[in-house]
Amino acid sequence: MPSLKDLKNRIASVKSTRKITKAMQMVAAAKLRRAQDAAEAARPYTERFNAVMGQLASSASGSDTAPKLLRGTGSDQTHLLVVMTAERGLCGGFNANIAKLAKQRADKLVAEGKTVKIITVGKKGRESMRRGYSQYFVDHVDLSDVKRLGYGDASAIAADVLKRFDAGEFDVSTIFYAKFNTVISQDPTAQQIIPAKFDAPEGDAGASTLYDYEPGEEAILADLLPRAVATQIFAALLENGASEQGARMSAMDSATRNAGEMIDKLTIEFNRSRQAVITNELIEIISGAEAL
Amino acid sequence: MRFELVSPERRLASVDDARAVRIPGADGDLTAMADHAPTITSLRPGILTVEGPNGEESYAVTGGFAEIGAGVTVLAERARHVNDVTQEMFDDWVAEAHRSHADASDDGVDSAAKLLADMVAMGGHIGLNTNQPNL
Repeated sequence: MPSLKDLKNRIASVKSTRKITKAMQMVAAAKLRRAQDAAEAARPYTERFNAVMGQLASSASGSDTAPKLLRGTGSDQTHLLVVMTAERGLCGGFNANIAKLAKQRADKLVAEGKTVKIITVGKKGRESMRRGYSQYFVDHVDLSDVKRLGYGDASAIAADVLKRFDAGEFDVSTIFYAKFNTVISQDPTAQQIIPAKFDAPEGDAGASTLYDYEPGEEAILADLLPRAVATQIFAALLENGASEQGARMSAMDSATRNAGEMIDKLTIEFNRSRQAVITNELIEIISGAEAL
Repeated sequence: MRFELVSPERRLASVDDARAVRIPGADGDLTAMADHAPTITSLRPGILTVEGPNGEESYAVTGGFAEIGAGVTVLAERARHVNDVTQEMFDDWVAEAHRSHADASDDGVDSAAKLLADMVAMGGHIGLNTNQPNL
């Protein structure tokens, strides 16, 4: 049985842990709101962009002269996986879930005899994939110095990916991130970015307008496809940011609750042993008095 | 005519009854007014001007495209109100254009050179120091 002093110390330490987790939860809540606002603000651009790209792509995808980014290289031998995770831990299964999905995909591709290359974005994903997958690593993007995620960060990643594509380093590229559903649920998602895939415009709404293209349809497509890669990466990074904060918030919420339960349990134990000590002392005094 | 200017990070401007929009298209400037033929044009770095009920507003835009339909939607990779463009910011943009020109592959070098020239010209239009040697 631990002594009274030990119990007291433990209660104090759990209490201070609870204070920290509580504070982290509140910080995450504030950051989550900001991340959601950022994701919300980026939505009009992404939506319009994808709508126009869908229109362009559906009319161009049949042609042989369509840009490689849309058509693909004609092979799917080498896959580039861009695994986007957080720079920090303490956010529940967030990083692990994304890494797990990426690992499964890598295993599957390797089993099919494909070549796999991995770019990691965010320290935590790299750490959890280091064991067993480090031979596939080709690059790492560090975003730990980035305070507010901007489009520039996404387009830098996109530029790197595109450079590798132009150099013929891979055929198919997929990004991995967590889609934000609610604070307590985030879906790890895999999304193919090269060759580009766009949802075809809905039959009546999109296709009814016939646009003139200036310069040509294919010139615009060639101009916009690299931007589409950046746009998709940017959208994914923003989703990831919101997911991370949401995951951290709920993880810290349950940690705070657990700490509270632990404090209650320890307090009861503390009171019991204090009572036992008092009873013991009384027995000693009484039996001492009786002996006289 | 409805006008919207959207950058990846946020919606910059939204005007419900714009009269005309002057767009720096890749093939040259064009002005969109109501009932313009539906057009999609890519942008070159330049100044986009909107004539609204409250006068004209000008924005520096680079990269992206404009969709002219029932209204005008401009999606620009970078967009700033001209009054917000600082010399420092502009120097960064030009430096970036210089870099992409230097890195450009053989078939991309022409478009990179054009991008750079457009970028420099845009600065001149805003009235910033373009740091070009006097010839």
